[in-house]
Amino acid sequence: MLLRTAWRRAAAAVRAAPGPRSEAPARGLRLRVVDNAPQSAVPSDTATAPEVESVLRPLYMDVQATTPLDPRVLDAMLPYLVNYYGNPHSRTHAYGWESEAAMERARQQVASLIGADPREIIFTSGATESNNIAVKELEAAIQPDTSLVSVMTVNNEIGVKQPIAEIGQICSSRRVYFHTDAAQAVGKIPLDVNDMKIDLMSISGHKIYGPKGVGAIYIRRRPRVRVEALQSGGGQERGMRSGTVPTPLVVGLGAACEVAQQEMEYDHKWISKLAERLTKKIMNSLPDVVMNGDPEHHYPGCINLSFAYVEGESLLMALKDVALSSGSACTSASLEPSYVLRAIGTDEDLAHSSIRFGIGRFTTEEEVDYTVEKCIHHVKRLREMSPLWEMVQDGIDLKSIKWTQH
Amino acid sequence: MAASSRAQVLDLYRAMLRESKHFSAYNYRTYAVRRIRDAFRENKNVKDPVEIQTLVNKAKRDLEIIRRQTQKDDLSHY
Repeated sequence: MLLRTAWRRAAAAVRAAPGPRSEAPARGLRLRVVDNAPQSAVPSDTATAPEVESVLRPLYMDVQATTPLDPRVLDAMLPYLVNYYGNPHSRTHAYGWESEAAMERARQQVASLIGADPREIIFTSGATESNNIAVKELEAAIQPDTSLVSVMTVNNEIGVKQPIAEIGQICSSRRVYFHTDAAQAVGKIPLDVNDMKIDLMSISGHKIYGPKGVGAIYIRRRPRVRVEALQSGGGQERGMRSGTVPTPLVVGLGAACEVAQQEMEYDHKWISKLAERLTKKIMNSLPDVVMNGDPEHHYPGCINLSFAYVEGESLLMALKDVALSSGSACTSASLEPSYVLRAIGTDEDLAHSSIRFGIGRFTTEEEVDYTVEKCIHHVKRLREMSPLWEMVQDGIDLKSIKWTQH
Repeated sequence: MAASSRAQVLDLYRAMLRESKHFSAYNYRTYAVRRIRDAFRENKNVKDPVEIQTLVNKAKRDLEIIRRQTQKDDLSHY
């Protein structure tokens, strides 16, 4: 329906445009106008195509949901979206050869980031597909002594880092396969599949400033880990994942991994600095704020705070100039409090009051300061309106109240 | 090729900062300026000419990336 309005708008624009002198230029002019119009049909409040920075958009503080493309990644991808469009599995011409070379280069870049061999990397459509392949592996190799341990490396809601190396050690000694979903960890904390004795690892492109729609699964070769293909077809990716490998996307994933490897230390310093700034400022200005998740084993870029006596959704809506989340994007449609918070034993009321602040490579100090200022302001305002807060101020213990039904 | 002189490195530094200011996206612009400043600052005491040349070559490649990516910003506004 949007497209139809766009065409109508374009037709009106063409009619309004000054009449051309001859046939050929008119066609070019019409096409150009028509080509631009669909882009201006992007759902937005402004009627005309917006200049890039003249329409203010919220600050982006939700990097756990997804990350922007790093310009270096886009630069690497563009040639494969424009001129080098060959199918990497075409064996008989230069288009195929150059596309294949790019794919293998990307494979090496991904492998290098996690200490793996390129032959152990299979490209997929994302970490979710990789997770499914890994877990299906369990069904493929069912024996009394076989099982699979699957653990997230860094949690996407509260940022807790799991003791991967220790778990890997235990699994290896008990001959149990060890899979980890490293989507939030790859390129952010050092990972080595051999040091940590990881057998299977899921990697996501769009969590590390790469493109959406691509990921990879690491599958150990020594000792061999057998997986069953989820997707069958032409036998690409060693038969483990059929389907034409999308060269532009995997080039983007590879570039994102290479950039992450180079920038890991610098990014970590920057993100830690901003994270400390955010938490200190908020906790020094507001009472009754709880940070969810183990403070010691924690990835700094993911800060989950519960503001007592304030409803999380109302705080999110109050902070309309900042793009935030109160839990994982995958479950944001439901009104249930986060299962992660419930699992770590957070009180029901605190679980409803949680906000997740995401700090990434491109986050600025000014964005953090603005977010903190607005957050403090709105929490205070919402607490002023809260009868629970009033009772707490009067010294009433909320747990002692007997609520009655009407 | 003679190793890059101090003047050439400074020229490169200024060129990179200048081009970075053309990023129309706030987050890319601020990151590029910050990263370039910190990278040149971090490496300012490198003495080995081979290492200097490697760093300069990488910076030149990055400058080209910035040029290509900011050129797009001028051509199209999404």
